[in-house]
Amino acid sequence: MSPFTQIQTYVQKHVEAAPLAVFRILFGILMFLSLVRFGLNGWIDKFYIQPDFHFSYLGFEWVKPIGVYTYLIFLVCGISSLMVAMGYKYRFAIITFFLSFTYIELMDKSTYLNHYYFISILSFLMIFLPANVYFSLDAYQNEKLRFHRVPAWTVDAIKLLLSIVYFYAGIAKLNSDWLLHAMPLKIWLTAKYDIPFIGGLLQKEWVHYAFSWAGLAYDLFIPFLLWNKKTRYIAFVFVVLFHVMTAILFPIGMFPFIMIFAATIFLGVDLHRGVLKGLGNFLDIHQNLFMNRKKWGLQNHGFARKSLLILSLFFLIQLLVPLRFLLYPGELFWTEEGFRFSWRVMLMEKAGYANFKVVDGKNGRRFYVDNSRFLTPFQEKQMAAQADFILEYAHFLEEYYENEGVEDAQIYVESFAALNGRGSQVFVDPNRDLTQIKRSLKARDWIVPFDDKIIGF
Amino acid sequence: MRFLKITCLSLLIMGFFGCDNGPTDPQNMDSFDRKAMLANWADNIIIPAYSDFATKTESLKNAGTAFNEETSQENLDLLRNAFKDAYRSWQKVSMFAIGKAEEETVREYFNIFPVDVEDLKENISSTSYNLSLPSEFDQQGFPALDYLLFGLGENNDDFIQAFTDPSLGENRRNYLLDLVNRIDELTDMVLTDWQSGFRDEFVNNSANSATASVDRLVNDYIFYYEKHLRAGKVGIPAGVFSGSPEAGLVEALYAEDFNRELLLIALDAVQDFFNGKHYDGSQDAVGLDDYLDELETTKNEENLSKLINDQFDAARTAIEGLNMNLNQQVVDDNISMLSAYDQLQLNVVLLKVDMLQALNINVDFVDADGD
Repeated sequence: MSPFTQIQTYVQKHVEAAPLAVFRILFGILMFLSLVRFGLNGWIDKFYIQPDFHFSYLGFEWVKPIGVYTYLIFLVCGISSLMVAMGYKYRFAIITFFLSFTYIELMDKSTYLNHYYFISILSFLMIFLPANVYFSLDAYQNEKLRFHRVPAWTVDAIKLLLSIVYFYAGIAKLNSDWLLHAMPLKIWLTAKYDIPFIGGLLQKEWVHYAFSWAGLAYDLFIPFLLWNKKTRYIAFVFVVLFHVMTAILFPIGMFPFIMIFAATIFLGVDLHRGVLKGLGNFLDIHQNLFMNRKKWGLQNHGFARKSLLILSLFFLIQLLVPLRFLLYPGELFWTEEGFRFSWRVMLMEKAGYANFKVVDGKNGRRFYVDNSRFLTPFQEKQMAAQADFILEYAHFLEEYYENEGVEDAQIYVESFAALNGRGSQVFVDPNRDLTQIKRSLKARDWIVPFDDKIIGF
Repeated sequence: MRFLKITCLSLLIMGFFGCDNGPTDPQNMDSFDRKAMLANWADNIIIPAYSDFATKTESLKNAGTAFNEETSQENLDLLRNAFKDAYRSWQKVSMFAIGKAEEETVREYFNIFPVDVEDLKENISSTSYNLSLPSEFDQQGFPALDYLLFGLGENNDDFIQAFTDPSLGENRRNYLLDLVNRIDELTDMVLTDWQSGFRDEFVNNSANSATASVDRLVNDYIFYYEKHLRAGKVGIPAGVFSGSPEAGLVEALYAEDFNRELLLIALDAVQDFFNGKHYDGSQDAVGLDDYLDELETTKNEENLSKLINDQFDAARTAIEGLNMNLNQQVVDDNISMLSAYDQLQLNVVLLKVDMLQALNINVDFVDADGD
């Protein structure tokens, strides 16, 4: 068979729709719970309403919290996640979810987490998947929307995305700090001395190395073990163990549970059928209703054939974006150019301090800024260790003080950062007037080069 | 594939199952005992400091009451001394804004300066004031007493005159009495809380999270050092944040030859706390310095704890070279004031960057994936 016919055969291959339906239900419920938890922790107010200043992503400066109405965005997002779970007006619901969730994440980059980004792109992917043709309200109400089988690629797309996340997370751990110095786990695990039963062990150096190497092996190999039909169940046991462990050790919220449930998509279809049977009995909706032997094809798709093209592009981007750091000189962990959106998880313990000096270009008067006037402690911590935050904040200060009557304000920063247990060193060039530097994706020549070497990715 | 599988399995098993069979007898743990550090902080530093402070605030209250009953020069002198003693002692507890002290925002009620003299006068003449309102932070506490006891006039007769004046004398005496009573009352509240339960809660909350005691107190400690000691006592009057020196913004503006002494006491207290030194000075027990040493935290091949202590010493030397009246120093030679500020500033980096990173202190309760 030529590669082309191979692809064609693959695209036309169909599998049961049950795994996709289970995934949709779990996704919707977990998203709803995550949003409820976020609200109950008071974080909507704390991160999006209280701060006077918000850090924006380049090109998304227009995405801002909208005062108390920010709660409405969360409400919309929560309702759409429940609609996704129910499979009710699915296409509309998942698009709404994607847009509202992504809007929330774009409002302030201080709260950036890889797993929020993961949710954003996963929900984007789900827009193009027929996750509502089986065991959903849409298909229950409308026989025409009911399909027993879906193309294999629709299920594989989710598996592929999960695999990319794990695999790149593994690649990112192939560096000397992680492998040879057990950093930053050495810092983090030592601090967890009070955890019952294992707190004492976490003090031992060999444990830090064991965790580092085991974590690396897990990330690199788990996608292959999950794809392989022979090893997927034992692999799933590892998924559970690994993520439960991270949930105990680190403050990462709902993420471990999302990953555990997401990984169920790799398991045998009997399991998904079984789950839906149980759920069906409970809801008095019989799964048999959906087992109509009909096959969903692209002709049944709202976006017609463009879906495949869009998704191919989507995955190409997903494969390339984490590699963009190769385009930048300098130490990635230090400059963080190309650090985000790349599945670089748990790699750094970085702390910083940034003291901003305002100089009146007209009369030479100079003074320092009290950061707590503008930033919350959390924002300040994020800002001080990340150069793009420092620049954005400097531009904000320029505008603020020019409005306050400082003429031609120049902003300098005396900043220090410490990375993975090293002593602090000067971070941003203290002699550069930050108001003269434009925010861009260009290499940041205004960062003082890292005075150590980290070998690897 | 088989090789991969075996490697993966064995590493994971080593990583995870290995955790279950180890002995976890706390006595045998070769780790730094955060709980012992918390106990030292609570039992040998914080509670003794508050007890001492509470004794001083009670004397202050008594002196205030005596002065209210008999407005004499002798009682005024006693009251002034009691005020100074209490203000000195305050410098040693101000940094512990945790528990009741945080809940009741004691530091805001006790030591927001400069005092708002206009509003204070308005309070005295109208007698309609509620000292528990946040809007009246800057009309009470030590700065307000400083003004009433040292700033009302030029010589001693002016003061006796002001407090016996037929129209406002009684109002002034009552206001002063309200101020000293309030200080004593809030202090007792904080001390009682520490002695009745909060101590155990504090010591037992020895985890590593944004709400755990070590994380919270270290955050408070650094906040105090940066904002109140470095900025409040030195940086702001020196004009670091405004561009022009403002002598009127010093602590204890009215009592002469006093504010440099307060600053030095505060600096000693901060350094002693870092070293875990008992309040009575009898012992250098377990503190942040030992914690850093245990973690073998170094910078440029020097122990971080030593670097921090050296920097505290350098700051002290710089401050000792200043005028006993910092406001006079700002007027005469602000450059020296700024140099003292720079010495204090250097330790902010060591504390806030190097130390916080080494101790993995959480700044806030929030999900994180290590950036």
